[in-house]
Amino acid sequence: MNWWTPTVEAAVIAMAKALVILLVVVLLGALLTVIERRLLGLWQDRYGPNRVGPFGSLQLVADMIKIFFKEDWIPPFANRVLFVLAPGLAMASLLLAFIIIPITPGWGIAELHIGLLFFLAMAGLNVYAVLLGGWASGNKYALFGAIRASAQTVSYEVFMGLSLMGIVAITGSFNMREIVEAQAGLWFIVPQFFGFCTFLIAGIAVTHRHPFDQPEAEQELADGYHVEYSSMKFGLFFIGEYVGMVLISALIATLFFGGWLGPILPPVVWFALKTGFFLMFFILIRASLPRPRYDRVMSFGWLVCLPLTLVNLLVTGAVVLLV
Amino acid sequence: MSQTPEGTVSQVEAMSTRGLGESPLVHELTARYGPDVLCVQPTLTGVPVVWVNPGILTAVMGWLRDLEQPFSMLFDLSALDERFRSHRDGLPEADFTVFYHLLSIERNDDIMIKVPIDERDMAVPSISAIYPNANWYEREVWDLFGITFQNHPHLTRLIMPPTWTGHPLRKDYPARATEFDPYSLTVEGQDKEQEALRFVPEEWGMARERDGSEFMFLNLGPNHPSAHGAFRLVLQLDGEEIVDCVPDIGYHHRGAEKMAERQSWHSYIPYTDRIDYTGGVMNNLPYVLAVEKLAGITVPKRAETIRVMMAEMFRITSHLLFLGTYLQDIGAMSPVFFTFTDRQKGYEVIEGITGFRMHPAWYRIGGTAHDLPKGWEKLVQGFLDWMPKRLDEYESTMMTNAIVRERTRHIAAYTTQEALDWGVTGPNLRATGCNFDLRKQRPYGGYENFDFDVPLGSNGDVFDRGMLRIEEMRQSLRIIQQCVNHMPTGDYKADHPLTTPPPRERMLQHIETLITHFLSVSWGPVLKPNESLQMIEATKGINSYYLTSDGGTTSYRTRIRTPSFPHLQQIPSVMRGGFIPDLIAHLGSIDFVMADVDR
Repeated sequence: MNWWTPTVEAAVIAMAKALVILLVVVLLGALLTVIERRLLGLWQDRYGPNRVGPFGSLQLVADMIKIFFKEDWIPPFANRVLFVLAPGLAMASLLLAFIIIPITPGWGIAELHIGLLFFLAMAGLNVYAVLLGGWASGNKYALFGAIRASAQTVSYEVFMGLSLMGIVAITGSFNMREIVEAQAGLWFIVPQFFGFCTFLIAGIAVTHRHPFDQPEAEQELADGYHVEYSSMKFGLFFIGEYVGMVLISALIATLFFGGWLGPILPPVVWFALKTGFFLMFFILIRASLPRPRYDRVMSFGWLVCLPLTLVNLLVTGAVVLLV
Repeated sequence: MSQTPEGTVSQVEAMSTRGLGESPLVHELTARYGPDVLCVQPTLTGVPVVWVNPGILTAVMGWLRDLEQPFSMLFDLSALDERFRSHRDGLPEADFTVFYHLLSIERNDDIMIKVPIDERDMAVPSISAIYPNANWYEREVWDLFGITFQNHPHLTRLIMPPTWTGHPLRKDYPARATEFDPYSLTVEGQDKEQEALRFVPEEWGMARERDGSEFMFLNLGPNHPSAHGAFRLVLQLDGEEIVDCVPDIGYHHRGAEKMAERQSWHSYIPYTDRIDYTGGVMNNLPYVLAVEKLAGITVPKRAETIRVMMAEMFRITSHLLFLGTYLQDIGAMSPVFFTFTDRQKGYEVIEGITGFRMHPAWYRIGGTAHDLPKGWEKLVQGFLDWMPKRLDEYESTMMTNAIVRERTRHIAAYTTQEALDWGVTGPNLRATGCNFDLRKQRPYGGYENFDFDVPLGSNGDVFDRGMLRIEEMRQSLRIIQQCVNHMPTGDYKADHPLTTPPPRERMLQHIETLITHFLSVSWGPVLKPNESLQMIEATKGINSYYLTSDGGTTSYRTRIRTPSFPHLQQIPSVMRGGFIPDLIAHLGSIDFVMADVDR
């Protein structure tokens, strides 16, 4: 057993942990499709899916069976390579971004010194999935979705990064663990309230959740960029969106609400509660708001959110320098 | 020159026709155009019907449009195949007739101009330059009757597929499926049909590019989540901006007007339910009122009040459907579930009273199908108590929402004049501030007995069209409350030989009543030859039935004027320069159903 060195053991444990986190995230993403429908049902005075299994708990299984066995159709007018690549990219980029999230003091996949930058890079990469999917579909509605998605992502990523720079300035680090530990005294929601507001908006926009679901906009574009997708390729876009939701919720919890920090309860419970709260918030927003017009979304991003983040960054910088 | 009524017409008819023939307007028209005004036809339409030569048609139309109190709206335009009509005494020789029904808001009066057409020269001048909404009506007439309109900008099929042969509303065109060869569709046939639907911009005078960059032509529909049915719009797009668009209809056409020529007066009632399929018995109302005019039936007070109550119930359920989908079209996901809950409560009342939900076909010639059931007051009162707080909630949560306002205010706005030019009626017209509600302006079927307000908008935009309907629901609740409080006692059916089916109670006691009952159930009632017309303020605008009887058990021609048809024709005129989301918001605010458009 001379190959079983402490290094190998650490690597195996890390890999096992990573695998567990991967499974939990993917499973949670899939479960959220059902949870969302049940919650929407609750808020909309109806039942939602409640037929499969006790209280509809096996709905996910039924959906999975259905989506796996649907005809996996690639339109003859599509660009095959890009068409197949896009859904994988959608899922992979968001899953990869998850490696920077510190779940508890002992759990987390990677401790990157460029943690936040890595997330921004992956979020930037994610737009290619929508862009390529929409473009490769050879469908005008999909193309509109792709154009909207890229324009929206470009606009909102600008201040998404900037909205987090206040935190970086305060902690002096991109490392997520250090950011969490820096919040032991005071959660960053207080000093970085405007950073929180703009990051929340940008987060919704980047995951294409309502009311920033312009690339899909069912009423206008009839599902937009993934209108030609079926079966598990559609499933990857679909679950990818929920993984994105989990990611943004986990990031908000980590960056502004002290991550795993909290009294009495174990860290993992605190982390789960905070993330869960924002997941509910995402769903509630979808249930309650109409969709603004696309050009208004863009002007809101450039004319309101961007100046706000810049002012926030300036003030934070001044405070860090002077105090 | 006025036509002396035939000796056979009843006194009521004689009175109504004489009065109309002597109206100053008809005198002036006759004086102006002399021998080209052929005759004034006595009818039961309540509208002066003047026959003129095709040669002076455009002049007459132009004159009527530019009068001091102008006939600002072309309310309806269609045709009639006269070739098989046996009772045409005193009417000018004609194989076909095209009629033009004009409406004046200022006069609160109408006039109908008819033009006789010879089979050997099937052409009349187009009036689409005078009344823009004549465009689609003339295309429809060309499509269904084969009458050419000279100088029409785009005389192609509108209702039938572009590959169709024949003109279905002609009398020599068969109505039964069994008179045709069995239908089959080959792959080549399908390809041909598909190809015929391909949009060619040049046919519509549209450019394919501007300043070296190509436009995108986007086919929105016939299957699209926001098209509210099988409705197709071809958009010419510069980015997301709509440069121009072409609505295409006919995908929901069932030939309701043709069917009327084969059904008995009585058995046609269920077909009317399916014209505006969200309007239920509201559709029965203009039809039975028009038939009752032909039959000379006076409906008892109780029947009238029941009809008003049920019609208003359907106005509310239709508006609730509108409100939910209107908000959903601007991206609000939840309201539709709440309005459907309310709608369900409305349907429980409707089902309790009529025995059916969406299409009860519950009105009868001379009354209603049944009397109100025991305990109906409690049922209706429950709904009346439930609704107001819900309406307040919709108003406070959605209509004051900043995003809703942003999406709807000053979007797809048009003025009263534009609305009249395009034949827009109902809430969409009143949203522009024009106070024209037939229930007030020309009370029918007992509406004169009710106290209610007519809500008006001011900007004529998507927002006003939404708000106005919420207020209309409140007014409908008021009307229903008055029905509950003051429901007259008495019969729910008229005591008249043409009431169909006749009251059953006496049927088994007199042989005469039994015979009448048997005949009017097996044949259906026989109505004297004449013409009648009834306009009502339906859920979506003014709906009218123009019936021509040739003295038989069926209608000779049933013209159904629906509000949604001109509303769709108007879309391009307000959408040029808008964005796709604005178009979707506008589509949601029109409140149309395709069955109401295509018939």
